[in-house]
Amino acid sequence: MSTPPPVSETPTPASSAEIQTVAAARLLREVRSVFIGVGRPSTAAILARELYNPDLVLVYESGTIGAKPRRIPLSIGDGELAETADCVVSVPEMFNYWIGPGRIEVAFLGAAQVDRFGNLNSTVIGDYGHPQTRLPGAGGAPEIAAGCGEVVVVAPHSTRTFVEELDFRTTVGFGGGPGYRERLGFRGRGPSAVITDLGVLEPDPETLVLTLTAIHPGVEVEPAPGVPGASPDSRTRAA
Amino acid sequence: MAEIAALPEAVADLVHDGDTVALEGFTHLIPFAAGHEVIRQGCRDLTLVRMTPDLLYDQMIGMGVASGLVFSYGGNPGVGSLHRFRDAIENGWPAPLTIEEHSHAGMANRYAASAAGLPMAIMRGYLGTDLIAHTRVEEIECPFTGEKLVAVPALDLDVAIVHAQEADRDGNVQLWGIPGVQKEAVLGARRSLVTVERIVERLDPRPGGVVIPGWAIDAVVEAPGGSEPSYSLGITERDNDFYKFWDKLSRDRDGFRAWMDEHVLAGVGAS
Repeated sequence: MSTPPPVSETPTPASSAEIQTVAAARLLREVRSVFIGVGRPSTAAILARELYNPDLVLVYESGTIGAKPRRIPLSIGDGELAETADCVVSVPEMFNYWIGPGRIEVAFLGAAQVDRFGNLNSTVIGDYGHPQTRLPGAGGAPEIAAGCGEVVVVAPHSTRTFVEELDFRTTVGFGGGPGYRERLGFRGRGPSAVITDLGVLEPDPETLVLTLTAIHPGVEVEPAPGVPGASPDSRTRAA
Repeated sequence: MAEIAALPEAVADLVHDGDTVALEGFTHLIPFAAGHEVIRQGCRDLTLVRMTPDLLYDQMIGMGVASGLVFSYGGNPGVGSLHRFRDAIENGWPAPLTIEEHSHAGMANRYAASAAGLPMAIMRGYLGTDLIAHTRVEEIECPFTGEKLVAVPALDLDVAIVHAQEADRDGNVQLWGIPGVQKEAVLGARRSLVTVERIVERLDPRPGGVVIPGWAIDAVVEAPGGSEPSYSLGITERDNDFYKFWDKLSRDRDGFRAWMDEHVLAGVGAS
């Protein structure tokens, strides 16, 4: 787990993980409420509340709404989250009254695999019946991604993560492309950005295919070939 | 009316081989002491139900008490994988484990349907995912608006086991902090066991407190520290170091078994 960059007279260069966290935090400047899991998204949301947006409402899957942690929690159910929350609700209430009706503006999600339409896999690598790697599973992600206003995916920038075809579609981004979410009656708009450790991918306004639109400061490496938006064209666009 | 009982007797009375059992607690109030007693009594062929299997089900699966698992997120929260859970699914060790997996919203609604005595719950979810082909949900159409929705079946629970902060001498229980799906689990199961940090003369209402009347519970057991390494808000703290320690220890089958022998099987059980 990363921590916010230290404040120092002679700053040391930020790590790529720290830059990824700060980039995610900056997306929350104007946001009222954010739904977060543990790890980098949680760090980013706590940082955003400290630096940019003191009124930001942090919502954790465990049922804590308006949590105000001063430390980075290890789990989504740490005691400090419940003790500092505006209210604490049961899991059925969280999904049926808060997430489903679209009351939460932004959701941060992670995944083991992401495809070009921002669909996510957090279930298995390999065949479902005989998996090569069994991942934790869906958790709240499918309904969070359907119901929250928009989704920001936080993932490593690698060919293992960005794949042509998911081994399992746990969570719908834009499904098969334009019109897919609308046909299923989803309330939220879907993925608005993927923040990686190297840069930011956003859906193309017409095709909804994820396209590299920014590279983090100090990043010099070429993004891996095969990663969406990593073509020379999109490098140019990134400037 | 809940009987105030000792843990070994309560588990022996309520949990039988082949049962479908939910030990609930969403990160908070996980009933470790009761789960350890289930392991000590050598229960077999259980179908374990839980939204977030966590370390407790990693231990129970690794000790061979389960033949089935119904769940929605099988990870060590904030740390990574559950290695015994993975070993069972990937390699069938110590025994094959059939799984039925859902989303959190699906599981939460299944618990709520059970508590309501309904055969199913209706929700928005699952559509467009590969989960639909691998689990028990059905697409349905709203008879009023025509909207496409899904139905999830109620859970069919023989036993629910949860942990709470307090009970009084009549077995009325109060828990506070993150409430998870404990109330739904207790009300949705044929039999129920609640372990508590302490038995008090009178329950004082707490902000956000969830009270379950004793007459809706079969057995209440005093088990101080019974949720460790999870926690009971206001009484014990989550042992985050143990969750990290477990990640290393549980990777190795022999190391896991040795630890369980020493720390669980050798225990006499909190009572």
